[in-house]
Amino acid sequence: MADVAVIGRPQPARRRLKQPSVIPGFGLTLGFAVTYLCLIVLIPLGALVAWSAGLGWDEFWRLASDPRTVSALKVSFVTALIAASINAVFGLLLAWVLVRYRFPGRRLLDAFIDLPFALPTAVAGISLTALYAPNGWVGQYLSQLGIKVAYTPIGIVVALTFISLPFVVRTVQPVIEEIDRELEEAAATLGARRWQTIIRIILPMLLPPLLTGYALALARAIGEYGSVIFIAGNIPHVSEIAPLLIRIRLEEFSYAGASAIATVMLAISFAMLLVINLLQAWSRKRFGHGA
Amino acid sequence: MQYSRPSLALAFAASMLAAGPALAQTTILNVSYDPTRELYQEFNEAFQEYWLAETGEEVIVRQSHGGSGAQARAVIDGLEADVVTLALEADIDAIAEATDLLPKDWRQRLANNSAPYTSTVVFLVRAGNPKNIQDWDDLVREGIEVITPNPKTSGGARWNYLAAWAWASQQYGGDQEQARAFVAELFRHVPVLDTGARGSTTTFVQRGIGDVLLAWENEAFLALEELGPDQFEIVVPSVSILAEPPVALLDANVDAKGTREVAEAYLNYLYSPVGQSIAAKNYYRPYDPSGVDPEDLARFPEVTLVTIDDPLFGGWSQAQPSHFADGGIFDQIYTH
Repeated sequence: MADVAVIGRPQPARRRLKQPSVIPGFGLTLGFAVTYLCLIVLIPLGALVAWSAGLGWDEFWRLASDPRTVSALKVSFVTALIAASINAVFGLLLAWVLVRYRFPGRRLLDAFIDLPFALPTAVAGISLTALYAPNGWVGQYLSQLGIKVAYTPIGIVVALTFISLPFVVRTVQPVIEEIDRELEEAAATLGARRWQTIIRIILPMLLPPLLTGYALALARAIGEYGSVIFIAGNIPHVSEIAPLLIRIRLEEFSYAGASAIATVMLAISFAMLLVINLLQAWSRKRFGHGA
Repeated sequence: MQYSRPSLALAFAASMLAAGPALAQTTILNVSYDPTRELYQEFNEAFQEYWLAETGEEVIVRQSHGGSGAQARAVIDGLEADVVTLALEADIDAIAEATDLLPKDWRQRLANNSAPYTSTVVFLVRAGNPKNIQDWDDLVREGIEVITPNPKTSGGARWNYLAAWAWASQQYGGDQEQARAFVAELFRHVPVLDTGARGSTTTFVQRGIGDVLLAWENEAFLALEELGPDQFEIVVPSVSILAEPPVALLDANVDAKGTREVAEAYLNYLYSPVGQSIAAKNYYRPYDPSGVDPEDLARFPEVTLVTIDDPLFGGWSQAQPSHFADGGIFDQIYTH
């Protein structure tokens, strides 16, 4: 048997489930983790898919491919992608400034980053709308320039950028703190130019956390309802987001219709997050950084 | 869904007090929709006094408000309401369809199709009526912006939509194609579709968006009262719709809780002169104006009102699926 062949050798091929560890309790904690994940995440999501499965494939496809649903999904995903991209650039900048420079008010500024986490999203939506409406503080000047923010898709991007900012900053920040400054000095002494140091030394180290932050911000923005609803205008085909369409289906007492849209959103989000995770794994391998 | 705080606090305090002596103490829950907060706050106090005087029992009326459809869904999903007082017959029909809480002919059980008060749809325009808006056809003029909530998410907005349809149908001699074209054109003049009536009022009043707000009469009066008549005025169109927000007892719930007697009395009291006066004071048109202060009645202008049971709409059981269901006429307006 195969056992004979491996005698006398260590057995790297046979993976052992239980790793020896200083801290005991593997079975208990794993069991707990799986149960917990099931209760909190998998069962509700499974129920969602089961509900939409009750529709039958034809009806599901009709609801999912309805032009209005497609428009709403497009609005949701495009605005979320733009908002997450804006935050990837400016969130990185913000994290860099907060870690690398010492200036008065730095701690206060640092605390401000978390506010979008804490603020009820409806409050964020209402204040942003008040600000950017044509008679608001900011909106009145923009409207003179012919730019409409509130009640357009731009307004959606503004709201999503606001609520997803902390995700990028808070994931990138600890990694920037960990970066050894000597690496930059070493690069400089070896003759690297500044931009070479940034592109070849700093950015590769920051890419994995940045992707994580981007993915979190994106996921948060796609599902956002509370703040967007006030600023969007909610016109079908223009500024109607998918979560609103889900609510509309619920108002029609159509749980199945609502769960069909939700399932489509879930599938697209899952695919996008998977791609981002793969990219992240690739960048880790490629640049050899990260955990 | 929220419980109004004073009544919740009251209920809590009362339950603490009642724990001692065996004082007869009942609590009923009225699940209602958004713009009835002020009305039921006043009515519940009056009813509690009335019930105490009548039977010596103390009754606590708890109150829940939210979008009419969402409230109906909460009841279907198990919120133990004793009575529902919603914006649309269709919402109570949905409860009767989905559950055995009340019989399907619930509408016949109380006077006036179970609508103790009614309302209608009017226009709220900016002071001085700068765009000279007088009737429905003015709303589709070049450059006019109309604010209304989304009929899919707001019961009130369905009345707005049907009022426009009623006018257009009369205007075009019953031609339904032209009525539909008019309503479609009207919604092309809507820059913001809020999810609820209060949201639309905010958009129009606070954000300064739009030239005219389609609103329930009681909401329009309330906006005038809160913001001062120097900022807005009400324009009454030539034709509008008779909005009949219905009330109903949830038999299965009151029997389970043993609150049938008080819950029935609660709904009947809405029809009493006191209940009718409170409704009129809160800008709802009373069903029976005989015992109501004429001064309150004088505020309601004469207007031709089309009812939902008019052959034009054929009642909610027809209007709801043909206009507002998934893929219905309202959805078709927005297909490009």
